[in-house]
Amino acid sequence: MEGLTLSDAEQKYYSDLFSYCDIESTKKVVVNGRVLELFRAAQLPNDVVLQIMELCGATRLGYFGRSQFYIALKLVAVAQSGFPLRVESINTVKDLPLPRFVASKNEQESRHAASYSSDSENQGSYSGVIPPPPGRGQVKKGSVTHDTVQPRTSADAQEPASPVVSPQQSPPTSPHTWRKHSRHPSGGNSERPLAGSGPFWSPFGEAQSGSAGGDAVWSGHSPPPPQENWVSFADTPPTSTLLTMHPASVQDQTTVRTVASATTAIEIRRQSSSYDDPWKITDEQRQYYVNQFKTIQPDLNGFIPGSAAKEFFTKSKLPILELSHIWELSDFDKDGALTLDEFCAAFHLVVARKNGYDLPEKLPESLMPKLIDLEDSADVGDQPGEVGYSGSPAEAPPSKSPSMPSLNQTWPELNQSSEWETFSERSSSSQTLTQFDSNIAPADPDTAIVHPVPIRMTPSKIHMQEMELKRTGSDHTNPTSPLLVKPSDLSEENKINSSVKFASGNTVGQQQTGVVAHPPAVPPRPQPSQAPGPTVHRPVDADGLMTHTSTSPQQIPEQPNFADFSQFEVFAASNVNEEQDDEAEKHPEVLPVEKASDPASSLRVAKTDSKTEEKTAATAPANVSKGTTPLAPPPKPVRRRLKSEDELRPEVDEHTQKTGVLAAVLASQPSIPRSVGKDKKAIQASIRRNKETNTVLARLNSELQQQLKDVLEERISLEVQLEQLRPFSHL
Amino acid sequence: MAVCVAVIAKENYPLYIRSTPTENELKFHYMVHTSLDVVDEKISAMGKALVDQRELYLGLLYPTEDYKVYGYVTNSKVKFVMVVDSSNTALRDNEIRSMFRKLHNSYTDVMCNPFYNPGDRIQSRFVSLGRAFDNMVTSMMIQVC
Repeated sequence: MEGLTLSDAEQKYYSDLFSYCDIESTKKVVVNGRVLELFRAAQLPNDVVLQIMELCGATRLGYFGRSQFYIALKLVAVAQSGFPLRVESINTVKDLPLPRFVASKNEQESRHAASYSSDSENQGSYSGVIPPPPGRGQVKKGSVTHDTVQPRTSADAQEPASPVVSPQQSPPTSPHTWRKHSRHPSGGNSERPLAGSGPFWSPFGEAQSGSAGGDAVWSGHSPPPPQENWVSFADTPPTSTLLTMHPASVQDQTTVRTVASATTAIEIRRQSSSYDDPWKITDEQRQYYVNQFKTIQPDLNGFIPGSAAKEFFTKSKLPILELSHIWELSDFDKDGALTLDEFCAAFHLVVARKNGYDLPEKLPESLMPKLIDLEDSADVGDQPGEVGYSGSPAEAPPSKSPSMPSLNQTWPELNQSSEWETFSERSSSSQTLTQFDSNIAPADPDTAIVHPVPIRMTPSKIHMQEMELKRTGSDHTNPTSPLLVKPSDLSEENKINSSVKFASGNTVGQQQTGVVAHPPAVPPRPQPSQAPGPTVHRPVDADGLMTHTSTSPQQIPEQPNFADFSQFEVFAASNVNEEQDDEAEKHPEVLPVEKASDPASSLRVAKTDSKTEEKTAATAPANVSKGTTPLAPPPKPVRRRLKSEDELRPEVDEHTQKTGVLAAVLASQPSIPRSVGKDKKAIQASIRRNKETNTVLARLNSELQQQLKDVLEERISLEVQLEQLRPFSHL
Repeated sequence: MAVCVAVIAKENYPLYIRSTPTENELKFHYMVHTSLDVVDEKISAMGKALVDQRELYLGLLYPTEDYKVYGYVTNSKVKFVMVVDSSNTALRDNEIRSMFRKLHNSYTDVMCNPFYNPGDRIQSRFVSLGRAFDNMVTSMMIQVC
């Protein structure tokens, strides 16, 4: 380098500048950072600055000695004057105006004065000073070098003070810059006006395998200015250089964080240099946080328990009070655990604090955990369960950030209750189908409650059919002997009249029981000739009753539409008129069928207004009977006519119910065979029918009892009369 | 108006005590201290009863001519004592309950902080835990006033 001849003014000016840049007062070497700032302030193109640096030999040396500095300044002047930069121009160009450094000094001074506690101030100053990325050069590196030697912990806090500017191209110059200089502007550490200079990159743990850190490794990475930050991906050459040179410092740094890869964690964390939002987490930072999260909790959607987080953050050597404050800020849902978002926020706050930023009173919005993690690195999303749980409170709080603490208090419990109700297994709707009626299947199996279907007291048409089917089936199996016997008994029975009724009543009762015992026994069907029979019996009420009662038991068990005393009358008449009715015997099987149809027909007779319907119904069963009893069907219409006059006494109500049913039943009789698929229904129907018959019998019993009383009274009266007459006879 | 709020640990030493009128602070401290006897008495009276929210709130411990002292105990035998000005007649029992509930919530938040060792004083100085707690207490004092 040629000798530099400076004018007096230049000399003075240069020395001033040198002293200005010579933060460490070494009188020999100038702080690279300052120099860089200075050059930036010279408002020269970056390439010019680089050229100047090369020319002055600083790049070669890696530092700015006084001579280099002066030369550089001279070159700056040359460049500012518009002369091409040449080494020889230093001396050749005469009368150069003093190099102009615009505003840089003021800023630098202010920067010096400013403590890094003030975020905004730093940021503002940084914003002014940070040169465009390409401009950065190696100058920054120099400032970083000091890190290494100094005990890291303090340096760590110091370094990040300035927003880190990523070094751009460093390859050509990095070797120089990476070299650690002996000078450590410790003062500069505290202040580090790095705004534009020194990116303090502490290498990613990965890059520096063991060198934790503090080594500022300026990677060639060049994020856009607004995001200059902390993370630096070390270039391998610089890394190696640094590694070789400063293992000691590395060790110091490693002690700070023993976290797996993140030894440099703290240094790496520079708060985001986003001037719009100092708390914004950059992608790199976030990725780093996520990696750290994974070391503690492999599941990104899981929690880090408070104790683990406590240990982790204690390594940052921050005071417990500050850590607790950070925790209070970052634990959004106040659950004692950290989700990924909360963890990143806490980490970011720790970094910021380490870099000298004061902790905010409330969580910045950019750090608030979001319900849906917008970052690509995190998979935390609307996950059901805990993550979702923690996320959802975050959703609301962002809107109420100022009052976050108080709200968070109430939110967890509210959220907890609501969330868990939502997420918890829904109480499975029990399919407790209360089936009162098997016939009625629940349309919707999911219906938890199936309203009990009232079972009809009166048999439905289905029951009718089943009853008939059963009857037909059972009748066939029954021996006909009882049938043979019964008619005779009943006929004899019916012959008895009036006074003997008592005895006959017993017999009737017996008969009834006997008859009842053989429900399938079908009394001989009343023949057409028996048509007048009922009329005969009716006049005698008692007899009618008797006959009714005598016949009713037979009828009742067989008829789904029990209590059809009209039938009984007919039957009684038929029995009376035809004691040993061969036809009845002959057609035992027919009887059940006809019987089945009879009650239906009889009921219909009793109720229906249209006899045609009855007849049709009668014909229907007749058809069912398949003509086995050609005689049976014909009488039915006759009977019906007769019975139409009858007023079935207690069964009026039931008949009204049954008529419609009967019509339907008989109409559907041809389709009886379908009962095959309704065994259960048949059973239940039969049960129902039996119950009905039971009720009928019970009613019958009560009526008989009533009759008995009446008869007894009559007897007493008669006896009294007899007694009264006797004395006369005695006389 | 809650003139004094105190949090007493299980072993009956204060974790946090704060009064609004800074004068007569010693008097409030004494009142709180004496109220501990009443609290213990009520706790023992409850015996083996199930601890529910209602029983956490002890109610009026004892009244003086100027103040009324309310008590609340947590399941971990941490006691909250609140001294209220008697002149504030509008203060209903429900309000006292809600105040205690808030106090309890913020206390649990402090507990959730892993950096807080149970048994430490709840410091509310600068950047520290208990800041929110203190803020809440302040709001309660001001609000109730």
